[in-house]
Amino acid sequence: MKQAKIGPWIAIAIGTLYFVVPLFGTFEFSLRMRRGQYSFDAYRVVLDDPRFQATFGYSTVLALATIVVGVLLVVPTAYWVQLRLPRLRPVVEFITLLPLVIPAIVIVFGYLRIYGSSSLLPMTTNERATDVLLMFSYVMLSLPYMYRAVDTGIRAIDVATLTEAAESLGARWPTILFKVILPNVRSAVLSGAFLTFATVIGEFTMTSLLDRPAFGPYLQLMGQDRAYEPSALAIISFAITWACLGLMQLLGRPVEKSSAATIVEAK
Amino acid sequence: MAQQTQVASRLSSATQIRPRHDFLAWFGVTPFFIFAVLFLILPTGYLVVGAFQDPSGNFTLATIGELFQPQIINAYWVSFKLSAITALAGAVIGFFLAYAGVVGGLPAWVRPTLMTFSGVASNFAGIPLAFAFIATLGRVGLVTTLLIRFFDFNIYSTGFNLLSFWGLALTYLYFQIPLMVLILAPALDGLKREWREASAILGASAWQYWRHIALPILWPGLVGTTLLLFANAFGAIATAYGLVGSSLNIATIVLYAQIRGDVLHNPNLGYALALGMILITGLSNSAYIWLSGRSRRTLG
Repeated sequence: MKQAKIGPWIAIAIGTLYFVVPLFGTFEFSLRMRRGQYSFDAYRVVLDDPRFQATFGYSTVLALATIVVGVLLVVPTAYWVQLRLPRLRPVVEFITLLPLVIPAIVIVFGYLRIYGSSSLLPMTTNERATDVLLMFSYVMLSLPYMYRAVDTGIRAIDVATLTEAAESLGARWPTILFKVILPNVRSAVLSGAFLTFATVIGEFTMTSLLDRPAFGPYLQLMGQDRAYEPSALAIISFAITWACLGLMQLLGRPVEKSSAATIVEAK
Repeated sequence: MAQQTQVASRLSSATQIRPRHDFLAWFGVTPFFIFAVLFLILPTGYLVVGAFQDPSGNFTLATIGELFQPQIINAYWVSFKLSAITALAGAVIGFFLAYAGVVGGLPAWVRPTLMTFSGVASNFAGIPLAFAFIATLGRVGLVTTLLIRFFDFNIYSTGFNLLSFWGLALTYLYFQIPLMVLILAPALDGLKREWREASAILGASAWQYWRHIALPILWPGLVGTTLLLFANAFGAIATAYGLVGSSLNIATIVLYAQIRGDVLHNPNLGYALALGMILITGLSNSAYIWLSGRSRRTLG
C-alpha cells in the first residue's frame, strides 16, 4: 500500500514545482529593483504611480457596477425561470453559456460595429457611454459565472413556498425579490460577485479595444516600458485573484463548484 | 380515475392562476432577453452576416473564400497547434494531478489545497501571467539565471525562447492544467471504490481495471474536457499579447490587429475571420457540453 503512494506524491510534487516556481520567480524578480539588495521599491513605485491609482480605481468602480447590474439582471431571471417559466430554462442556460462559446474578442468586435460612431445607437462617441458599454460587456463576460452561482442558490431554496408565504403576507414582487429571495441566496450571489471581480479587474481584450483607461491596458503598457514593476503588478494581481477566491470560499460556495468549467456541470 | 380527476382539477386551477403570474414572469425575464439580444446575439449576428457580404453590402461567398490566403490559414494553423498541444498536455498532466489528489490515497489536506489552488490558477490568466513567466524563464528570469549560475547551463543556448510558440504553450499550461483538475476531480469522485475492489477480487490487474472499467466510464469526460481546454486556448488573447505582443501570428492576434487598423484591407474579411473562430470554438464547446452530459449520465 505504501508503494502505491509514490506515484501520486511525485505527480503532486511536479505539479507544485510547476505552479510555485513562476510565483516565486516573479516575487524574487519584483524585489530586485534596488541594485545589490532586495527591496520593495518596485511595489512602492507602482503604488505611488498616479496612473496605477487612476486605472485601478476606474476598474474597481466598473467591476462593482458590473456586479450590481449582473445581480439585478440574473437574480430575477433565475427566480422567474425557477418559479413560473421552467420551459425557458434550456434557452436561458444556453444564452448564459454563449460568452464561453464565443471568444470575447469576437463579441467586442461586434460591439464596435453595432455601437460604433456611425451606427444607429452610437455608444463609443462619448466616454460615459463607452463606460456603460464596457460595463455591459463585463456583465456579458461574467454572465456564465454569475448565472450558475445564483441559479444553484435559487434551486437550493424552496422558491415556491417562500413566494407563497410572502404573498399571503401581502408582499408585492419587488419586496419578494429583494427582501425574501435575495437574502436567501446571499452566499451564492457573493460567490458570483467575487468571481466576477476577479475576472473583470484586469480584463484586457475588451477594455483595450474599447479604449478605456482601465487596469488591464495599464498592465500591458507597464510590461512594455518597465523592468521590475510588471513583476510587482503580477504579484498584486495574483494576490487579488487569491483574495477574491478565498473570500468566495469563506462566504460562498466552495471553489470546486464555481469554476468556469463546472458551469455546464448542473445542466 | 380518481387520480385523473385530481390531475385535471389541479390543471384547471393552475390555468386559472397562471395568466396573472405569467405576465409578471415574462415581464420579469424581459430585461435578460433584451440584454442577450443587444449584447450577445446582435453583435455576433452582425459579424456572421458581414462575413457573407462584400464591402459594399452585396451577398457573396468571396469573403469566406479569401480566408484561404496563406497568412490567415497560417494564423489559424498556429492557433490550432497551440490549442491542441496545450489542451492535450493540460489534459494528461491535469488528469494525473487530479487522480493523485482525489484517488491517490494522499493525506486529506492535499485535495482541498489542490482544488483551491487550481481555482486561483485557472483564473490567473492574461497579462499578469505573461509577466510571471517572463520574470521566471525570460532571459534574466530567476530560473534562467539560477541554471546559469549553478549548472553553467543556459537554456537560451539550446534554442529555447520564452517569447515563442513553445514558450507561449508552456505559459498556457498554467491555466489549462488547473482547469482540467477542476473539472475532472468531481468525475473521478464518481468512480466507485467497489468497482476497483470487485475487479481486484476477480483477479484484474491495475492495468485491466483502467483499460476495461475506469477509462470506458471516464472517456466522454476526458475527451469533452480536452475539447473545452482547446476552445479555451483558441479564444485566448491577453496572455499571448502580454508575452509576445503581436509578433506571433495566431488567429486572435490577427483579429486584434484587424479590429484596430484593418490590416487585412477588407473589413468584411475581419468578419469572416471572426466567423471562423466562432465555428471552431463553438463546435468544440458544443462537443464538450454533449460529452459532459453523457459522462454525467454514466456516473449518475
